[in-house]
Amino acid sequence: MSTTTVLKNARIIDPSRNLDEVGTIVIENGRIAAAGAAAQNQGVPEGATVRDCSGLVAVPGLVDARVYVGEPGAEHRETIASASRAAAAGGVTSFIMMPDTDPVIDDIALVEFVLRTARDKAVVNVYPAAALTKGLAGEEMTEFGLLMESGAVAFTNGRKSVHDTLVLRRAMTYAREFGAVIALESRDKYLGANGVMNEGLFASWLGLSGVPKEAEIIPLERDLRIAALTRAKYHAAKISVPESAEAIRTARRRGADVTCGISINHLSLNENDIGEYRTFFKLSPPLRSEDDRSAMVDALADGTIDIIVSSHDPQDVDTKRLPFADAEDGAVGLETMLAAALRLHHNGRVPLARLISAMSTRPAEIFGLDAGTLKPGAKADITLIDLDEPWLVAKEQLLSRSKNTPFDDARFSGRAVATYVAGKQVFGV
Amino acid sequence: MVFFPHRHLIGIKGLSQQDIGYLLDKADEAVKISRQREKKTSTLRGLTQINLFFEASTRTQSSFELAGKRLGADVMNMSVGNSSVKKGETLIDTAMTLNAMHPDVLVVRHSSAGAAALLAQKVSCSVINAGDGAHEHPTQALLDALTIRRAKGKLARIIVAICGDVLHSRVARSNILLLNAMGARVRVVGPATLLPAGIADMSVEVYHSMEEGLKDADVVMMLRLQRERMSGSFVPSVREYFHYYGLDAEKLKYAKEDALVMHPGPMNRGVEIASEIADGPQSVIEQQVEMGVAVRMAVMEALLLSQNNGERA
Repeated sequence: MSTTTVLKNARIIDPSRNLDEVGTIVIENGRIAAAGAAAQNQGVPEGATVRDCSGLVAVPGLVDARVYVGEPGAEHRETIASASRAAAAGGVTSFIMMPDTDPVIDDIALVEFVLRTARDKAVVNVYPAAALTKGLAGEEMTEFGLLMESGAVAFTNGRKSVHDTLVLRRAMTYAREFGAVIALESRDKYLGANGVMNEGLFASWLGLSGVPKEAEIIPLERDLRIAALTRAKYHAAKISVPESAEAIRTARRRGADVTCGISINHLSLNENDIGEYRTFFKLSPPLRSEDDRSAMVDALADGTIDIIVSSHDPQDVDTKRLPFADAEDGAVGLETMLAAALRLHHNGRVPLARLISAMSTRPAEIFGLDAGTLKPGAKADITLIDLDEPWLVAKEQLLSRSKNTPFDDARFSGRAVATYVAGKQVFGV
Repeated sequence: MVFFPHRHLIGIKGLSQQDIGYLLDKADEAVKISRQREKKTSTLRGLTQINLFFEASTRTQSSFELAGKRLGADVMNMSVGNSSVKKGETLIDTAMTLNAMHPDVLVVRHSSAGAAALLAQKVSCSVINAGDGAHEHPTQALLDALTIRRAKGKLARIIVAICGDVLHSRVARSNILLLNAMGARVRVVGPATLLPAGIADMSVEVYHSMEEGLKDADVVMMLRLQRERMSGSFVPSVREYFHYYGLDAEKLKYAKEDALVMHPGPMNRGVEIASEIADGPQSVIEQQVEMGVAVRMAVMEALLLSQNNGERA
């Protein structure tokens, strides 16, 4: 039986090879045999499955480097399996799963649990990130070496900063020897600690306590100093203000090996979207001003911001149908990340190839994943995109177990129409 | 019959100048009722009012209770302590339980901003916000406006200085919105640690000294400073706070000679206001309490009658 699939007449965008041309992708035994104009009209092997992709864009499957899942511990919000189906529907073929589950993924047995569950039940590739400190408590480092050997691809402290600079320095120093990537969010322990939205006029009218920008910038600048000191691979996981992007530029000029990401929400939405206390827009970091959002789009376009993440964070009615200050942070995003990012292409702010790179090639490079490229021999993780398909988001139709999307009723142009993982189609419309 | 086009009263935001004028006119009539020997009317006879207070407040709750009773409604009080159950769950659960009992109006106080709005989405009756976190306290602003209008004859171009802890004050927010809507000039006076971010863009003039802020003011509105904020966290000490921001005879002299002194209560005598001023001739603090009942009568009548196109339910 043939295991050859041919996707012909697609506009192929492969940022790993600076390629943007109409051509054909040949998939053999789950791997790319050829992808590009040169493969057009070369004939197809007998018995091959041929798909005419005229009008579609074929890109390396998307890689989402920050996804929260409820398994283990909160399976009613999301399981690894349900997250993987949501991912496939959003064109995401690989995601990195955050360790702030219950129990926290800080031990090799739990990394193995995630990988085993993913192998048996997930339709996309699931890579576990492990806790940087035991129980995410910010005090004792975890077994970086053993965790990496068992399959952890990054270390993070989940939603919290590591407040103790000595702990952070030692963890980064130790992690460097293993080449581990340390991916941290930055939020000061005191400044804005009670804040629930961006500090400013809008929060003041709503009577909500604010989170100043400095609550993100100060711990980030501190972390970047420690990264330079230890020469560790540091990734600022979710920055939200242009001052943070500037801090990254400065650290790079000093020669530090640092990268950064932003959630799609912070590229698409601003604080005004909170309206009258809409808790689906309560995020960490909080949605910022429109000026900040726009500046972050520029920082993405110019390459300061390396990657876009969904920051998929399933929350249910119990944690969201509350007064704003009492509700949990977070929004689901696996299924809407691509469509929301395409808005930046349609309005001319960010070139399409940059967007695809930020959602596929770059995250794969940063975290060392077998993904993000269509070069011959690579795993055939491919997303087919219709750039213009009109699409109205209805939260009931989302595949995620939780429906806390800030894009309910949003009108998008463009979405994934087919998703292939290792040559096998796992999603299609 | 004048139409009041709102089902709920969540905040002053969203009310037009006409809406506010309508409520104040109605409240003027209600004052007369309260001053009669026979204070009970049948305006809301047969209707049920539930006061749902997640935060204790004797004054506001009794004011709403009396207002409802004077309109002939059946009034029930529910005080829900902040027990071990998480606040928000109690809010929605309690609201749904009460809703099943078919109340016509729910008066809600809660420590979280947005609680009243959230509740209004879930229940099928009118909701009146009796204070939600640091967001709004609309009936307080209305009673303040009524007090000022009755004393000064108007609100337009009146200079009102709101002094003290504006940061945590829902009273201040509602007053800023209402006074601006009615054409008054609003100032805020307080230490920078007690003013919210972006205050200068809230259509107010900002002062950090009482001398400047009170100059030529027609109304001096003092705000309560919570005890836990007095010593070190927002201001260094009660002594220093009173020295710079407490209203005493000397500071009151900066305002107009006939300036009104107001306070939403309960007062911290000797912290934000000196006793001699609170009890002095310029103080209208007791009138505010009287106007409170009248304004709440007006609000309930407007909400409940407008729903029935002016017909009694």
